Amino acid sequence: MTDLLQLVIYGIVTGSILALGAIGVSLVFSILRFAHFAHGDLMTIGAYGGLIGVSLAGLSPLASIPIAVALAVVVALAAEYLLYRPLRTGSHTVILLISSFGLALILRSAVQLIAGPAPMVYRSGIQLPMRFGDIIIRPDHFWIIGGTIAIIIALHLFLTYTKFGKAMRAMADNMDLARISGIPAYRMIMLTWVIAAALAAVAGVFLGMDTRLHPVMGWRLLLPVFAAAILGGIGRPYGAIVGGFVIGISMEVSTMFIDPGYKHAVAFALLVLMLIVRPTGLFKGASI
Amino acid sequence: MALLEATGVTGGYGGADILSDLNLTLSAEEIVVIVGPNGAGKSTFMKAVFGLVTIRQGSIAFDGRDITNMKPETVVTRGVCYVPQERNVFPSMSVEENLEMGAFIRKDDWRPQMQRIYDLFPRLAERKRQPVGQMSGGERQMVAMGRALMLEPKLLLLDEPTAGLSPKFIDETFRQVKRVNEFGVGILMVEQNAKQALAIADRGYVFANGQNRFDDTGAGLLANKEIAEMFLGG
Amino acid sequence: MELSGLAGYLVFFLSTVSIYAILALGLNVQWGMTGQINIGIAGFFAVGAYTSAILTSAPNIEHVGGYALPFLIGVVAAIIVSSLIALLIGAITVNLRSDYLAIATIGIAEIIRFVFQNEDWLSHGVRGIADIPRPFYDGHGSGYVFLAVALVSVALTYFLVERARQAPWGRVLRAIRDNEDATEAAGKDVRRFRLQAFVFGSALMGFAGALYAHFIGFISPDAFEPVFATFIVWAMLIAGGSGNNKGAILGAIVVWLVWSGTETLVARLPAEFATQASSARVLLVGVLLEIVLLTRPQGILPEQQPKLIARKKK
Repeated sequence: MTDLLQLVIYGIVTGSILALGAIGVSLVFSILRFAHFAHGDLMTIGAYGGLIGVSLAGLSPLASIPIAVALAVVVALAAEYLLYRPLRTGSHTVILLISSFGLALILRSAVQLIAGPAPMVYRSGIQLPMRFGDIIIRPDHFWIIGGTIAIIIALHLFLTYTKFGKAMRAMADNMDLARISGIPAYRMIMLTWVIAAALAAVAGVFLGMDTRLHPVMGWRLLLPVFAAAILGGIGRPYGAIVGGFVIGISMEVSTMFIDPGYKHAVAFALLVLMLIVRPTGLFKGASI
Repeated sequence: MALLEATGVTGGYGGADILSDLNLTLSAEEIVVIVGPNGAGKSTFMKAVFGLVTIRQGSIAFDGRDITNMKPETVVTRGVCYVPQERNVFPSMSVEENLEMGAFIRKDDWRPQMQRIYDLFPRLAERKRQPVGQMSGGERQMVAMGRALMLEPKLLLLDEPTAGLSPKFIDETFRQVKRVNEFGVGILMVEQNAKQALAIADRGYVFANGQNRFDDTGAGLLANKEIAEMFLGG
Repeated sequence: MELSGLAGYLVFFLSTVSIYAILALGLNVQWGMTGQINIGIAGFFAVGAYTSAILTSAPNIEHVGGYALPFLIGVVAAIIVSSLIALLIGAITVNLRSDYLAIATIGIAEIIRFVFQNEDWLSHGVRGIADIPRPFYDGHGSGYVFLAVALVSVALTYFLVERARQAPWGRVLRAIRDNEDATEAAGKDVRRFRLQAFVFGSALMGFAGALYAHFIGFISPDAFEPVFATFIVWAMLIAGGSGNNKGAILGAIVVWLVWSGTETLVARLPAEFATQASSARVLLVGVLLEIVLLTRPQGILPEQQPKLIARKKK
């Protein structure tokens, strides 16, 4: 029982990271209509951006988040400006997917080129864990879960109560009508990238805090992130949050029964199950 | 002076021209209805006014200024609002949010206008918080019109506002169009229910094959036997 | 390697390019002709390689297989197994947007790689499978024999794929790619055609995998990282010309020239950069891919098709 509870807690930690990534994937899909394959590598960029603050300025990983966010946002906006925007005119959206796949490899190899292929950590040594009976929780895990909840609440407030948040939902709902209403599509697209990249960067730093930094860390997470986004009904940020936690908890709890290496297979199995049973996701996402 | 003046409009979506040498004028506070068979270019013309279709030749002027091939985002700032025939609401958003999106580009206080729209469509006032996707076709049409009116346009473009509605809602929609017009909004409307539409129209145009065929007052067109036989279903 | 000098390098180069050309032709059936996105090329490539390796290598008590079966049986088995996996993935995703297929294929590729990495009994794990025999003749000068086999394989694959492209079957695929609704309305079973194309393309990737195993003689999970087996193939097809089979082959040659050219280039860098050199090469190919997409999306050899069917743009 305590084992299960312990795994569920790990699952919530993983789920937090997946949810932050999946929200971004979902937002990008709902507005730009393509699966963004470089999203995992944006997380990697964020994680290594955090490392800049940690190793050069001696900040804590959390305090380095602004650096991580800034770096990921710059990369995402540059990709929008140099790749996605030119490709949007006159091509099918799948070309954007392929371009984002290319970008994923570019980002990953750039990180490897600059930081080297070896795994790194934000801080060496072992954090003193907190014990609650037989349950062990690292302080970092508190930060990850708490930070994710805070971000989700902030995003919810933004989407529900601000003019631009509502306009983003309007764009996702009906792009043509949003244009007709005078909503500046291009500015909204930029805003989408800023938010998606910022969330990816935070997810990357959290992932680095939870485990280690590695050039392939984000790419490895891409599948569960997509699984979470699809489970929640792709194009539905709120669904993506639920999807993230469902996938995260399933992945961790599965290690009770199967080789931990097959965590990703669990995410994949859930994804496949979802595609068979209800391709629109738990919350009936964008039409396919 | 005409509010809207289209002269020799020729164009289409890329390839072949759908519209050829179309002329149309609309004075301030007028209701003008375009009727004609399917494929006559009625909706395409309306989209051309709003900058959604490329005009190759001819020009469109609004309020004395050229708006030919202007982007929709810009046309909207000049005081023209457009209600497409389909997909004309934000389905996952509430009634109130739909109206608010209509006012997106307004910098001033749009609350009074929202109140006027609620007065015009009391049914919407009762359901401010309901997601529009859950509402009936007639109610959605009200939301769509309400959204377009949030900018207090001088001209409202309505593309087949009664398509797919039940007879009861068709009558109601025409009454509402008439009321909107009474607030001083010019209306250019494409309609399949030609007789009812012409009955509330100041003037009407008959398009066929992307060209002008007839134009007259609404009553004049209705009285014309030839037109009635050919285009208004006897 | 038993060959030396320029001749040796040429044999190696042509053999490698042949294998990549078959991969690119397989992807061309899926992407170029049908518009399906397969980000899991590495998975099908690996399945083909391991299937043939397990069946044809000499017995080894540490993992299954070692049946020492003939090369041709290994190849046929590789094609069958990769087809079956493609059938499974395809059956789930053919009805959905191509984005879902793309996501499902990275999933399957990662899992396949993981299985081969972890299941020692099956694949000998990270130690890999060694001593995979060369086809037909495994002695001195077998490189030339392999090259002949590889060239015949490419020719055969090209013939098959080009025939398929020109046949009514290929026209239906293009019609589906360009306007699915209209094709469906014309009474074609879109689902079945898509599935056939996906399985056909994946079978070719499995075939290429088998050739690879017999060419290198040793396989381990590292060889099936998406960078080497998926990404480069995409770069080849996009650069050569999606939809054009000659373009796929030309793309394989050009991109492999760039890829191996950069290898000699980075080899001159100071030693401390050596570990990072391969990432610099990936970076370069990635930038190349993006430049082609932006400036010449039709590739070096554009797709040739009847004038009547205009390519639908969104």
